[in-house]
Amino acid sequence: MAVAVGRPSNEELRNLSLSGHVGFDSLPDQLVNKSTSQGFCFNILCVGETGIGKSTLMDTLFNTKFESDPATHNEPGVRLKARSYELQESNVRLKLTIVDTVGFGDQINKDDSYKPIVEYIDAQFEAYLQEELKIKRSLFNYHDTRIHACLYFIAPTGHSLKSLDLVTMKKLDSKVNIIPIIAKADTIAKNELHKFKSKIMSELVSNGVQIYQFPTDEETVAEINATMSVHLPFAVVGSTEEVKIGNKMAKARQYPWGVVQVENENHCDFVKLREMLIRVNMEDLREQTHTRHYELYRRCKLEEMGFKDTDPDSKPFSLQETYEAKRNEFLGELQKKEEEMRQMFVMRVKEKEAELKEAEKELHEKFDLLKRTHQEEKKKVEDKKKELEEEVNSFQKKKAAAQLLQSQAQQSGAQQTKKDKDKKKNSRRSELEILKIQVCKENREGTHYVLVLVI
Amino acid sequence: MSKGLPETRTDTAMSELVPEPRPKPAVPMKPVSINSNLLGYIGIDTIIEQMRKKTMKTGFDFNIMVVGQSGLGKSTLVNTLFKSQVSRKASSWNREEKIPKTVEIKAIGHVIEEGGVKMKLTVIDTPGFGDQINNENCWEPIEKYINEQYEKFLKEEVNIARKKRIPDTRVHCCLYFISPTGHSLRPLDLEFMKHLSKVVNIIPVIAKADTMTLEEKSEFKQRVRKELEVNGIEFYPQKEFDEDLEDKTENDKIRQESMPFAVVGSDKEYQVNGKRVLGRKTPWGIIEVENLSHCEFALLRDFVIRTHLQDLKEVTHNIHYETYRAKRLNDNGGLPPGEGLLGTVLPPVPATPCPTAE
Repeated sequence: MAVAVGRPSNEELRNLSLSGHVGFDSLPDQLVNKSTSQGFCFNILCVGETGIGKSTLMDTLFNTKFESDPATHNEPGVRLKARSYELQESNVRLKLTIVDTVGFGDQINKDDSYKPIVEYIDAQFEAYLQEELKIKRSLFNYHDTRIHACLYFIAPTGHSLKSLDLVTMKKLDSKVNIIPIIAKADTIAKNELHKFKSKIMSELVSNGVQIYQFPTDEETVAEINATMSVHLPFAVVGSTEEVKIGNKMAKARQYPWGVVQVENENHCDFVKLREMLIRVNMEDLREQTHTRHYELYRRCKLEEMGFKDTDPDSKPFSLQETYEAKRNEFLGELQKKEEEMRQMFVMRVKEKEAELKEAEKELHEKFDLLKRTHQEEKKKVEDKKKELEEEVNSFQKKKAAAQLLQSQAQQSGAQQTKKDKDKKKNSRRSELEILKIQVCKENREGTHYVLVLVI
Repeated sequence: MSKGLPETRTDTAMSELVPEPRPKPAVPMKPVSINSNLLGYIGIDTIIEQMRKKTMKTGFDFNIMVVGQSGLGKSTLVNTLFKSQVSRKASSWNREEKIPKTVEIKAIGHVIEEGGVKMKLTVIDTPGFGDQINNENCWEPIEKYINEQYEKFLKEEVNIARKKRIPDTRVHCCLYFISPTGHSLRPLDLEFMKHLSKVVNIIPVIAKADTMTLEEKSEFKQRVRKELEVNGIEFYPQKEFDEDLEDKTENDKIRQESMPFAVVGSDKEYQVNGKRVLGRKTPWGIIEVENLSHCEFALLRDFVIRTHLQDLKEVTHNIHYETYRAKRLNDNGGLPPGEGLLGTVLPPVPATPCPTAE
């Protein structure tokens, strides 16, 4: 059966008027009810030097005593300590996570102080990204650990921001909503405070640090947010001890010269901070984290890994295809590298083998040479031996012959022997001569000499 | 000849290629519950108000699809539900004009506002469904359309640079109109619901309920419920998605007693007992649409709009869309389920700081 699918007509979005009560104005309530039953997550990161009052402020903000021992000043590096709590107020359950920077500002060399903080924030984004990219994922009951607000505690020097503060805030401003606050504000007098605040704000602006802007786009909160923004950074005092003021107990710090009331707006900006952080903008902080900071991280991360939205022909890639391509590419590279290594290994082995073979050959040759020389020497010696033996034999013969003659000569008489001797002598002489001639001939071949025959 | 030296060298080189396991992020400890003795009011519960304000500002999307043979009163019912001329009924009854040759999908969007809440309502009509002589596979264009909307959403979600609010065109609710024969469900009804109950929330509705008496109505409903159960058709609210006991009891009541809703639609008003009511005028009396003793329109309206609208959207997003996404990613890459796209196959990426947003 042929199929024709009509295109949805998006252009024609008419505004309709209702002739009666339909009832979908309960939709926000339906939405809120669902979220309420699931509970909310809120994660605060407190960055500041040891002893500046981070834990006390958290206790004061949330009206409880979160158990923690104060940190020492001997930490070798900055580390982050995260603690989770469940708070409930009326029917709202809040999963609150407070992350503390332990050891911040205590080292002699503070070059790397910001690094653990940035790594922690990135790790939370990464965990969320991993969950989001899973095939079988469960985002709706995922425990969100991303940092929604970062309270940066500025030391109340009264002059300006420390360079460590500037560097750290600059590194964090694109990753998290930064709310700068001046800690231990009861050490600064009112007039100094005003100057200090404006100095800090101008320094932040001139260094391009983007702190969290309270939203002013919605009418109900625009006014209050605008008025509060003027007081940034909030100068706060924290205290969990209660002092009797008038006829009720209030959180305060008691000094010999007076009592600093935490919730008195003339004394410090704690109330403003609480309003801004919790009662007015908590949801906006969460939303900004998700839609701005997390999206930026995600985009950076995916681009880093080589994913693009469009290829050079501006045809949209699907993440899946790109991933497959990347994966195959990587596997191919891996294989290539493996091959290369294997080949290199084989080559090396071959070389070594060739070398060794060469050496073997040489040895063989040497051995052969030695053997040959040995043989030759042996032969020479044998020859000499033979010669010697021959000479000995001939000498023996001659000796025997001589002895025989001698005995004959003795038996036959003197003349005979004499004649024989002479004959012998002559024959001997002639033999000698012949030998001589032979020797001469042999020695002087090619030369014509008149041989003198000596008789 | 010793081969010992080259071997060890390659071993160390090989191990450099295997990626080191990623360092685990600092997971917060188990939450310590400190709720009993809060020393004062903090103001956490204001988050509800904050959330409400935000959602009201952004507005809502709602996409409802109506499926059924022509003449069952789909357009009238939608108009009655939203109390405005959402669907325009065909004026002339010309066979060629009215009944298309194939199943068409027509989506028309409207913006309605009530009590400060803006809603972009899209009604998706399916003229031609079940009207041909041969109706085989006439649910396919509808299934295709629904999957196309999921695909569109998936593509947007998977982009590198995503929109702040992805436009939601997915079908949140499908009203299926059952013809009031009085006997049982037709094979076409069963086939359609069997195929589509897995991809979209189906709410079966008995149309033109004024043709049945009360006894006929309740018998018919029982039979329809039985048949749906026997065929394994899970209509909305699905049993498996009941979150807690409260939901379960509430939904059980609806499932076993009220559904399928037997409705009557009308956009004409008449005077009854001094009040102006929506109704149908007949020689033997006026059928009041919003009167619970006459028909169950009010129940349907309350169910869909006033109590379960958000839930319909959530089930679509969290369950039907996720099922589609998982299937799609599985088929495409052959990746085993559960393993992330960024599995440990990829080399460890050094944590470089991202450039600040312009």
